[in-house]
Amino acid sequence: MSDGIVVHDPRGYPPKVTGKRLANRPQNLDGKRLYLVDCLFDNSETFMDELRHWFAQHLPAVETRMIKPRQSWVDDAEMRAKVAAEGNAAILGVGL
Amino acid sequence: MALEEAGVPSVAVHTHVFARLARAAALANGMPKARQAFVPQPVVDKSAADLRAYIEGKDPVSGRPFMQEIIEGLTKPLDADDVKGLSFERSTPRLLAPDSEDNLRQLFIENHWTDFLPIVLPTEERVAAMLKGTRRKPDEVVGRMRPTSFREYWEYTVEKVAVNAVMAGARPEYFPVILALAATGCSARSSSTTSIASLAVVNGPIRNEIGMNAGIGALGPYAHANVTIGRAYNLLSQNLQGGSVPDETYMGTLGNPLAYSLCFPENEEKSPWVPLHVQKGFKPSESTVSVFFGLRYVQEGYGPREGWEAKMRRCLAAGAHHPPLIVMDPIVAHLFAERGITTKQQLIDWCAENAELPAREYWDDMWVQTLTRPLAEAGVEPFASRLKAAPDEIVRMHEPKDINIVVVGGGTQGAWKMFGARHEKTLSIEPWR
Repeated sequence: MSDGIVVHDPRGYPPKVTGKRLANRPQNLDGKRLYLVDCLFDNSETFMDELRHWFAQHLPAVETRMIKPRQSWVDDAEMRAKVAAEGNAAILGVGL
Repeated sequence: MALEEAGVPSVAVHTHVFARLARAAALANGMPKARQAFVPQPVVDKSAADLRAYIEGKDPVSGRPFMQEIIEGLTKPLDADDVKGLSFERSTPRLLAPDSEDNLRQLFIENHWTDFLPIVLPTEERVAAMLKGTRRKPDEVVGRMRPTSFREYWEYTVEKVAVNAVMAGARPEYFPVILALAATGCSARSSSTTSIASLAVVNGPIRNEIGMNAGIGALGPYAHANVTIGRAYNLLSQNLQGGSVPDETYMGTLGNPLAYSLCFPENEEKSPWVPLHVQKGFKPSESTVSVFFGLRYVQEGYGPREGWEAKMRRCLAAGAHHPPLIVMDPIVAHLFAERGITTKQQLIDWCAENAELPAREYWDDMWVQTLTRPLAEAGVEPFASRLKAAPDEIVRMHEPKDINIVVVGGGTQGAWKMFGARHEKTLSIEPWR
């Protein structure tokens, strides 16, 4: 048997992955401000609004606030800074 | 994940068909245990009551109550892995382990490195020959690419582009065009659920130097250069960006038959109008490649006949989100010129004035709703004015700067096609010779 053919790998070069930690969690959400981030997909506003109703009904001690980025598919640094400064937790959703 | 980094406990909600993709993206961001919850697909077109049922039901991925996933995701204490994330080096080798031709072909298929048509195996000799098509060094970085905006960029060199050019069956003299395509950084293998494809238009002297076909059958499988350059663009996109694998890095629900290969030159010699690259600010003597993104719809027409305006209006109404790229035979262009449309710009302006829909239909387009409406709500013109229109008011959908016309074809029929396609970039090929 011959040594075989040598060929190139056709793939590009992936970036190094640097580990990132999760944020510390509160023990519970009572008295906390929870941002509901509408990611602007079609009908996601309706979904997030229903989520807001669920919290009002089942966990009324949680203060919910709806917020939207300035564009879909774009990291809105200003919105992110606002959530970080004024919020205690966030739910992002929901697409397609 | 950016919110987690900013110290905000977060849960991202996705529909269940994106579970693998969402987890792969979290891993590539160094946060493999990012907390996620899933609802059934679809969310679109569901009523508030339906969506409330999703919320009160089970997460279809974990099988546990959806809201339990949410609350635990926001409050469950961190473990050691949550705190440190996951760091790792990834790389791809320059060469694969030696093997038989049959085994290597099977390996390329199993790894999703082909388009499932036969490829030319990229041996060292063939890649070295391809590299003779450019003065650029093999280890020079050409660019970086990714399948969608929330994935990480992968980087590639001249040699890696050459490998994919060999696989596509391209010849070394085509390599500068292929390098320029790679340098755009625009992927021809978008992961979009809408089944995107891309096409490339070549202008300038290189068209004739390398034997591209701007005549009969230019858009079809009738010229070695057209076909293999277009195929190389698609293969390099999927392989250099980190894959285009269904359910992992490709989510186009229908797929797109135009994603195998679509590259053609403008028939500058037979056109009565200025070529595309001159419209984009390049000299006529410069060779360029232009990339268009979309190709969700294709319309067609003949003429212009007496009823061309009505026909064109119907076609223009087909695409609310992506603007039209009109590709027409020289016969059509000359007949337009005889009717007094002596420049491309005149026809582009007419199209912009006549690409119209009632506001209610325009805003009901899913991608206008998703991508354009936030801009309109933020006051960005011309979208904000369109949003102010009453539901039955007619709104214009596209600006002249977004509409493009290319003359191509062999003069056997007065045919034209209209692709829904956004112009991404026009780059000079000269630096890549």
